[in-house]
Amino acid sequence: MNHATPAQRAELSALRRGRFRRRRGTLALLAAGLLVGVLVTLALGQSYTPLSTVARVLVGVDVPGASFTVGELRLPRAVACLLAGACFGLGGVAFQTLLRNPLASPDIIGISSGASAGAVFAIVALAWSGPAVALVAVAAGLGVALLIYLLSWRDGVTGARLILIGIGLAAMLQSVTAYLLMQAPSWSLQEALRWITGSVNGVRLTQALPLSLALALLGGLLLSRRADLDALRLGDELAAGLGVRLGVTRIVVVLASVGLVAFATAVTGPIAFVAFLSGPIAARISGQSGSLLLPAALVGALLVLASDYAGQFLLPARYPVGIVTGVLGAPYLVYLIVRDNQRKGAL
Amino acid sequence: MQGFSPTPRARPSNAAPARPSVHRRYLARRLTGAALLITLLLGAAALSVALGARSVGWAEIHAALTGQVQSVGDAAVASRLPRTLLALLAGAALGVAGGVMQGLTRNPLADPGLLGVNAGAALAVVIGIAWFNLQTSLGFIMSALTGASLSAVAVYVIASLGRGGATPLRLALAGAAITAALTSLTTAIILPRGDISGLVQSWLVGGVGGATYDQITPVVPFLAVGFIVSVACARKLNLLALGDDTAAGLGENVALARGMSALGAVLLCGATTAVCGPIGFVGLVVPHACRLLVGTDYRWLLPFSALGGAILLLLADVAGRLAAHPAELDAGIVTAFIGAPVFIWIVRRRKVGAL
Repeated sequence: MNHATPAQRAELSALRRGRFRRRRGTLALLAAGLLVGVLVTLALGQSYTPLSTVARVLVGVDVPGASFTVGELRLPRAVACLLAGACFGLGGVAFQTLLRNPLASPDIIGISSGASAGAVFAIVALAWSGPAVALVAVAAGLGVALLIYLLSWRDGVTGARLILIGIGLAAMLQSVTAYLLMQAPSWSLQEALRWITGSVNGVRLTQALPLSLALALLGGLLLSRRADLDALRLGDELAAGLGVRLGVTRIVVVLASVGLVAFATAVTGPIAFVAFLSGPIAARISGQSGSLLLPAALVGALLVLASDYAGQFLLPARYPVGIVTGVLGAPYLVYLIVRDNQRKGAL
Repeated sequence: MQGFSPTPRARPSNAAPARPSVHRRYLARRLTGAALLITLLLGAAALSVALGARSVGWAEIHAALTGQVQSVGDAAVASRLPRTLLALLAGAALGVAGGVMQGLTRNPLADPGLLGVNAGAALAVVIGIAWFNLQTSLGFIMSALTGASLSAVAVYVIASLGRGGATPLRLALAGAAITAALTSLTTAIILPRGDISGLVQSWLVGGVGGATYDQITPVVPFLAVGFIVSVACARKLNLLALGDDTAAGLGENVALARGMSALGAVLLCGATTAVCGPIGFVGLVVPHACRLLVGTDYRWLLPFSALGGAILLLLADVAGRLAAHPAELDAGIVTAFIGAPVFIWIVRRRKVGAL
């Protein structure tokens, strides 16, 4: 680089600018998509509310009827979708980057199942509610992450073993959740489905506050490590050579992303496959250059928002969001397995 | 997978002097193992009849067994009899199906639950109930078998597309993906139907509670055929364990062997799921435990897996009744608790290259 002629240097910076422009364009596009999505979900439900009325409700004017449908029903839902989707997207892409494997997302290796089991335990067995539930979910998620790491340690951790052990633990944790749900004094299908597949039904605006705090703090923490995470995509040795402190970065990234996933799970349940899908979709849209964190957060939010809307209004019956994303995500997982087979013969 | 080989036979003549004693030692060990398992099975069945929400005495058990139901205690015991029978049959079927699948795919992690076969059977039954108004047990069984075979084929094809074939990791992932999608679809079909939405629970978690003889009778022929086909395939599985090329070189029709043993396994786990719902991990754990006892010869392994599976599911059912006393825990939850640690142990024990 030192011996580059001025012409080469100019070419290089033009390339960089082009990449930067594409990245900025992608982010703008995703943000615009989100804005349109939010407006549609706020205005168009079982009945149509004109955008002007929506705006009046949003600034706090009391409009008979619309204040209830928009302010009480649609707004909390949209906010929860956005926040939870962003949390899942961020947490997922951070894990995938750290472990350099698209399959190592928190929902496949059992961390979401652990957080969900923790939340259900706090609700059913301890009869807790509110932020305490979220804390138990976070603790359970971290515990499961630690357990997976310890169990897959045998002269180092390999991706394949970690993923397989995660799948095994996920199966066990899902049956813990099922057991706890059956112990619940009242078996309510809607409530049970939230903890099994994820749902934003009946979510309240007060639940969004802790979630937005978590997103701001932990998401900010992850974003501040953006450069280190980018370097980790090149491999541990190269990243260390580039000056990344591996130990600290790993711990910070794991804590922050488990926290994000667990906080979101405590509110919406483990919405299937969002953490797994967001990163790869973001990579496909924005290209491989630059950090994937922000695009993945936006993709996650958009995914949950759109899936929830589809589950509510576009399908013949009303489905919780997790069922829609579950059906969407599985073909992608299949595609990933098949593609990796053809590319190099081993995952 | 490594370590699979048929029993030593037809060795060169210089090894002959050692043969009889080795053979006898194998046989003695296997017979001891069989005696042990049969004793355990009888014990587990006795526990399953004697223990439950209501504690009963000898008089009540005797009365129920001889068909004289007079008191509540007698009735309690009498209601445990079909359940015990079902746990026995289903456990045996799942154990054998797991063993066959592990041999067929040469994959230590194969299990009807993990590979999505049970989820496929459950989805097919739910579709049958919701859209085709299925009511008869025979209809349930037929649709479960269809669903089981479709998802088994789908998972295997997905995992083995491309070079390298179906490694354990790919099979497990393909199974997880298919299970997630099928479970979502199952829920999506049941949810809007208020009339059958109570079924969600029973098609997400399997168990043997509330079984009646009327439910069990129709599956017995399917299970019988499944057992016969599977055990008849044992020699073929021994050959498949040597690798496709070697098996073909030894005169085995590899495709036919795969097809036949897959048919046996699908019959067993499809019919079981039609009655019990999806029960995972029995098919994973039992053949591995039995391999420690009898080695890797499928002619011995499959009958042992039948015994072991029956014991495991009986004990899981009893444990579920005792753990949540006076309510019950479905056997499918208990088997996941027992099975997941074993799964993790298997994954840890092997080198990643072998996985």
